[in-house]
This record gives sequence, structure tokens and C-alpha cells, in this order.
Amino acid sequence: MSLLELHNVYKIYGDLHALDNVDLKVERGEWVAIMGPSGSGKSTMMNIIGCMDKPTKGEVLLDGIDIAKESAKNLTTIRRDKIGLIFQQFHLVNYLTALENVMLAQYYHSIPDEKEAYEALEKVGLADRAKHLPSQLSGGEQQRVCVARALINHPEIILADEPTGNLDDSNEETVVELFRRLHEDGTTLIVVTHDPEVAEVAQRMVVLRNGKIARETVNENFTGHIRFHV
Amino acid sequence: MFFRMITASLMRRRSRMLVALLAIAIGATILSGLVTIYYDVPRQMGAQFRNYGANILFTPSENSFSAEDLEAGLALADEGALVGSAPYRYESVRIHEQPVMAAGTNMEGAQKTSPYWLVEGEWPSASGEVMIGKNVADNLQLKNGSTFSMVYTGEDSEETPAESGAESAADGVESAAEEAESPAAGPSDGSGGEEDAEEDGYREAEFTVTAVLSTGGPEENYVYISMEDLEALTEISGKIDLAEVSMSAGAEELNAYTQKVSGEVPAVRAQLVKRVTASETTVLSKLQALVLLVTIVVLALTMICVATTMTAVVAERRREIGLRKAIGASDGSIIREFMGEGMLLGFLGGIIGAFLGFAFAQTVSMKVFSSSITFQPLLVPVTIIVSIAITGLACLLPIRSATKVDPALVLKGE
Repeated sequence: MSLLELHNVYKIYGDLHALDNVDLKVERGEWVAIMGPSGSGKSTMMNIIGCMDKPTKGEVLLDGIDIAKESAKNLTTIRRDKIGLIFQQFHLVNYLTALENVMLAQYYHSIPDEKEAYEALEKVGLADRAKHLPSQLSGGEQQRVCVARALINHPEIILADEPTGNLDDSNEETVVELFRRLHEDGTTLIVVTHDPEVAEVAQRMVVLRNGKIARETVNENFTGHIRFHV
Repeated sequence: MFFRMITASLMRRRSRMLVALLAIAIGATILSGLVTIYYDVPRQMGAQFRNYGANILFTPSENSFSAEDLEAGLALADEGALVGSAPYRYESVRIHEQPVMAAGTNMEGAQKTSPYWLVEGEWPSASGEVMIGKNVADNLQLKNGSTFSMVYTGEDSEETPAESGAESAADGVESAAEEAESPAAGPSDGSGGEEDAEEDGYREAEFTVTAVLSTGGPEENYVYISMEDLEALTEISGKIDLAEVSMSAGAEELNAYTQKVSGEVPAVRAQLVKRVTASETTVLSKLQALVLLVTIVVLALTMICVATTMTAVVAERRREIGLRKAIGASDGSIIREFMGEGMLLGFLGGIIGAFLGFAFAQTVSMKVFSSSITFQPLLVPVTIIVSIAITGLACLLPIRSATKVDPALVLKGE
């Protein structure tokens, strides 16, 4: 069984079909990029896969659980236990240090472990910035803290929403490199992006248009390394 | 992690939290101050009321009572409650052939039980010195420094102030004064200095006026001499017609005290001077009701202020709440965190308020009553607990709205 399966998923707001009969499967350990123009349904799909919204119709199986049938309380538990989120605007708590931001995810999941949180920061190359507040970190550093926070609870799947949207090329490369290492470790990655260079790094690229899957491309030359177009 | 988070939220968002803390601390200060005043008002006002005279009268069960009976009655008072007491013994005497009522008393005690008396001159402090009422001074053309002979003939007045009733006695013993105006026969040989006993019951002594008493009341019809001088003049000692007692206590305590004295000292009938105690009780209850009302209003305003501040805090942290929920925070976690912050603010505001409140109450007490108040340690934990409870209550609605924040808003980049 795939880790994530969407069968005939619809999300309808009045007359607008934000998702229109979407079928998608993501295998365990797979790295999938979702692309599409604004209004194509990317965010709606992210919300549903991230257990923050439910489909109007259809079945969404995450690790065998149909999230369309779960209560809001259970969805919180599923989100906490199985999903790691990375955001375009980082969304770090501005009065907590980098270390405390990572520990926050541990706190809601189980028991905060400062040593483990420190190791997660070490993994993203920010051990020396552990005691810094987000305002004292660069955009790239903040996104790396966000990655450390997403992976600290060893989630089944990492959902990244425009993770490099606010980063320069150097930091973009660093973040993609982190994704590659996570993929090597067996983590499932779903990355929503506008950036073709980031999308092309993934094993598979899914293009959404008007709420439907317009195209799916498998990356035959997958290496996990970014290649900047000149 | 919980405490780390809420302390970080308060310490690293100082400017925002200082506004909330200020609101709570001001509320707690006024609350603590008003409660201190509320409980101290009876004592303060009691002391003020004691300036308007005694509130208890000891009258004899039969003809008179002794100094020992008075002491026994006073010994039953709670420690610190007794402001002063003055025994009175009334005898009809003659000065310049005119009948006058002499009141033997303890001058120091009289000063304490009747602080409102307007005394021109010096209170008598030695044997042979007297204070005369203004009417007596005018009628007999006496003034400070005048000397005169006081003649005691042993005649019984028809009605003593004690017999005329406790209330009228407290008012200045009018009936006795009227009695004193009736002519009484009795020779006077005019000799002064020492008592003379030429005839049976006839005695005379010379006195010097050191003070003239003005009260606007019947007290102006008396000649006040020390109890020792009156006993020497009459050669009758240990007899008291009535005693005025001034006590700082509430109506219930005063009632209990008078019943206790009447029960345990058979020779004495203790009564409240109703006019004084009733008006004291009325004023006190109205003042306390006012302070209570203001306290409730302040509590309500504090709650509104804290609720408004917390609503603003929640509104500006919507994105953070959304993030917390997105990474797995339950509604319970959000409630605990915001309530924890609110209660920690309530705790800090309560500590500040408890001490500033005492300073506030002390200032009010000094300005209004010209006396200091005692620090009530119990009020510190009470203020802190009330402050935490009020803050908690005020946080309920804003926190409820915090749990309704949609976690998806963080993905929308809001």
C-alpha cells in the first residue's frame, strides 16, 4: 500500500472546484514535486494532505487512514505524528530561540529533548546558531531551522510549501541538499513549488491546472542535486 | 518546556506584556488598597468617632458604684480597645452663695472621653484647681486665675445625673444642672484653704480656676474638680455616680462588652450611648458599602482591561497560534499556554499590586485619617490569588477565540 493515496478527490467552494476528481499516489520514501500556476489547487491539496482540511468528496488515505472520515481532534494527532511541515515564510515563533523552536514540535509530539533538538540543528548546520532568535538569523538559516523542526519527530512525510520561495540561490541549494539527505534517509517528501529548478530535482513532478492533474513526469535522471538553468 | 515557553513569551515580548502587566498591576493595586481601607475603616473611623465623646456609660444598679467596680468593668475590655474612661460624682455645692453642681472626675480620663471639649486655660492638674463651665463663669463672674470658696453642706440633690438616665447624662446631665439652680441654704464663712467642719456636714475649701469649659451644651453648668478634692471636701470616698467609657470597637463588640460588664459586675449597669454608636454604625456601614462598590467596579474594569489586552494579544498572535496548531498543538495545549501566560501575568501583577496597594492605602489613610495603617500579610496571598483568578476569567473569551484559529492560514501565507 502507498503511503499516500488520493482517490476521486474533490474540494468544492460554491461553484469553484478547487480540486476536481484528483487521483494521486505517493510511495513511501518517494520525492514528489507539485507544480502549477496560482489558483491551480496546490494549496488546497497541501491543506488536505496536511490534515488541515477535508475533501468535499473522495478518499484520502494517509498510511492507511482515511483522513476524510477523521474528527478534527484526530486530524491534529495524525498531523503531529505523521507529518512535518515546512513553509515558504518559515513561521518560526519569534520569541523562541532556534533550539526552542525545534523543541516546540517535540513538546506537542511527546517530550522535549534538548540534546536531540540540538542534534537536529547540527544536521542542518546550525549548531552554532541554536541560541539565536529568528530575528538574528538569515532567511536561509530560518528555513533550515524550519527543516530541523519538521524532521525532529521523524515524520512519515514532509510537506514543503514553496520552501525556497524566499531564498537566494545559495540558500536554495542548501535547502535542496537537505531534502536530498532526508530522501536518502528514506523520508517521503512532497514539495510544492513554482521553481522548475527545485521541481526538477524531485523523482516525480505533478503539474496541477484548474484543480486537475494536468501532467505527471518521472525524472529519469534523478540525482537529488539541483542544476541551475543559466 | 511549558514554563520555558510562557516565560520566554513574557520576557522576550516585554513591550506588549508590560501593557497587560500594567493593567493587572493597577487593578490589583487599587483592589488591594481598597480592601485594606475597607478593613481598616472601622478602626480609623472608630478612632475619629471617639473624638465625639464616650460611647458607653456605666451607671449604678442602685445608688452608686465604687472605683473597684469601675476597674472591674474596665478590665473586661479587649486589650487595646479602651480609649479612655472618666468616673463622675456629682454633688451640690455653693459658690458665692449660689447653688452649683460640682462634678468630681479624673481629669486625664475626662480629656480622653471628651476630646471635643473646648477648654480655655489649662486642665486642672493639682489639688485645689478647678475647671468651670462657661455658664457658671458668667453667672459667678469667675475667670481663669480667680479663687473662690466652695461650700459643701451635705444637702442631697433631688436627682443626680445618674438617676436622670444614661442618655441625658451623656448629653451633659441637664437635669442635674437644673437641679443645681434651685436655691440651697447654707452658710459660708468665706474661709478658704482647708475644709472646715464647723457644723455637721458643712465643709468649705478654696479653689482656683485654671480653665473655662465651653461645649455649647449642659457641661457649661458644672464645676469640674478632681475626684480626690471632691472626696476630701465631702469626706465621702469611693462613690461614683456614673462613668463615661470610650471604646474603639464595632457595634457588636460594644454590645457584647456592655452585656458582659452588666453580667459580671452587679453594681454596674453598662449601656451604649445609642446616639453615638448608632450614627457610627450607620456611617461605617455606608462607607464600607461605598468602598465595596468601588472595589467591585475596579474589579470589573480590571477584567475588561485585561480581556481587551489579551484579545489584542491573541489577535496579533493568530499566525503563531495557527503555526502551533499546524505542528500538532491541540486546543487544550493552546488554552494551557495562553492561560499560563495570563496567570503568570496575574501572579506578577498581584505581587506588584499587593505592595503598591498597601502604599496606596497608607497614603489615603494618612491624607484622610492622619494615621497609619498596619500591614496585613494575609492580604498579599489574597491579592495574588484574586489577581490570578480575575486574569484567568478575563482570558477565557480571548483564549476561546484562539482555539478557533484555522491552522491552514499559515500555509496561505497570512
